[in-house]
Amino acid sequence: MTATPDTWVKSERQLARERARRRAGIRNGSLAAASTIVFLAVVVGGVLASPGWPSVQDKFFDWGEFKGAFPDVLDGFWMNVRIFLIAEPVILVLGLLVALARGLRNPLFFPLRALAVLYTDVFRGIPTILLVFMIGFGLPALRLQGLPTDPAVLGGGALVLSYGAYVAEVFRAGIESIHPSQRSAARSLGLSQAQALRFVVLPQAVRRVVPPLLNDFASLQKDTALVGTLGVVEALRQAQIHSAEDFNYTPYLAAAVLFIALTVPMARFTDHLAARAERRRAPGGK
Amino acid sequence: MSGPLLEVEGLWKTYHAHPVLRGVDLKVDAHEVVCLIGASGSGKSTLLRCVNLLEEVDDGAITLDGDEITAPGADPDEVRKRIGMVFQSYNLFPHMSVLDNITLAPVRVHRRGRREAEERARELLERFGLADKAAEYPDRLSGGQQQRVAIIRAMACDPSLLLLDEVTSALDPELVTEVMGIIRELKDQGMTMILATHEMGFARDIADTVCFLSDGVLLERGPAEQIFTEPREPRTREFLRRVLASRRL
Ligand SMILES: Nc1ncnc2c1ncn2[C@@H]1O[C@H](COP(=O)(O)OP(=O)(O)OP(=O)(O)O)[C@@H](O)[C@H]1O
Ligand SMILES: [Mg+2]
Repeated sequence: MTATPDTWVKSERQLARERARRRAGIRNGSLAAASTIVFLAVVVGGVLASPGWPSVQDKFFDWGEFKGAFPDVLDGFWMNVRIFLIAEPVILVLGLLVALARGLRNPLFFPLRALAVLYTDVFRGIPTILLVFMIGFGLPALRLQGLPTDPAVLGGGALVLSYGAYVAEVFRAGIESIHPSQRSAARSLGLSQAQALRFVVLPQAVRRVVPPLLNDFASLQKDTALVGTLGVVEALRQAQIHSAEDFNYTPYLAAAVLFIALTVPMARFTDHLAARAERRRAPGGK
Repeated sequence: MSGPLLEVEGLWKTYHAHPVLRGVDLKVDAHEVVCLIGASGSGKSTLLRCVNLLEEVDDGAITLDGDEITAPGADPDEVRKRIGMVFQSYNLFPHMSVLDNITLAPVRVHRRGRREAEERARELLERFGLADKAAEYPDRLSGGQQQRVAIIRAMACDPSLLLLDEVTSALDPELVTEVMGIIRELKDQGMTMILATHEMGFARDIADTVCFLSDGVLLERGPAEQIFTEPREPRTREFLRRVLASRRL
């Protein structure tokens, strides 16, 4: 023991170590940059040199088309955003309720539990687009009084039913991932079953399932385009209309750009949350 | 004094037809400290969990303060309000601060005001040397600190009986003493406790009564001094001989 914490001067050995580390950092950075440039050059060069490129450029990357279609596609995209914003909270509530119903142990609630199991099994099994058709076209055909007939509402409802089943399973997995000793500890303090769930199990479970939930929502954002199949004028439908006018696919590119602009921030946010949860768990976590 | 605080009579517990407790009888008077000793798997934890109704008993009866808590109509939540339990693995709630861990049951179960509950919690933290940890989250505390918080959490409901299940066996040796200190202090205050423990030195030091469990049978029971110096049962003697030999006590 030579130095106390406040008289610590970095040793020659440590300074050399830090210099070496800096040099390695610079070398790694230049290597990454160089390999990226070479990679891009090869890919772009390959595409541009291909014999079909001029016609592809014409059909898919026509700047004039892009500018012409973009305002309408953006207008349609607003419909996607609205469907998403309304469906998302409803899905969360539905998913949580179904997950809780599956956990009910009181024999009185057996029908509810059975219904919840049936719901998740059936609606996870049906392809989302089929469900959109069945509800969008089938429900109005029944001509029942009081049922909504707006295709946007029906399509949104189909998305809610489909995603609700997935989200219910995510919540259930989260609840089951909480160690039984947490429940024992809560019960031993005199908390009732419902209180243990509400104050001890659920808060931990919800925190744990935020990243997978965000993942499902990124996918929901894209699936709002399925509602277009019912004739709702949203981004994809607008792109289709423009595309048909001039036999040019560039409007689809405009729609793709908009969807990417919405999902990429969500994906980065999910990564950020997952990384934070990982860091939290790391030091001596249980 | 009118009868024992806790009376266990002919308690049976089986898991999948495998008997774990076989007709256990146990009496605990108010202010008495009882230590359960016995080999791993002898049923110590199971006995404590049965007393706290975390397990359903298969036969026999448990009476707390004159009320049979294993009676068909008894409300387990009411029973657990009167019994505190501390686990080997602390089981603090990781999403709550130390203070919220301690006040959860007083506020939600015992319907005390939050202010009052927090005051009481801070008082207990202060008394047991954790005053500066009130706002911390459990994973920022050492094992010994977590276990002390767990004991405080159980005590904050003013239980008439405290069950402690190997509360020191997950701890490094130097942390064991601080947890033992808190238990000793509770004893001095007259707390009634049942402890399952592998720490024979501690059991001898703190217990009024020691019970030796062997394969689900309460084989021998007596004052701590007698059990450790002149056990009657050959199996108790054998168990103590092996434990003391392995731990160089
Ligand atoms: N939930 C359970 N399901 C099945 N068997 C169990 C269960 N809990 C305990 N057992 C069995 O009951 C027996 C007694 O277990 P218990 O935990 O009460 O022993 P213990 O005396 O506390 O042991 P230790 O000193 O290792 O904690 C063991 O054989 C164990 O395998
Ligand atoms: Mg045990």
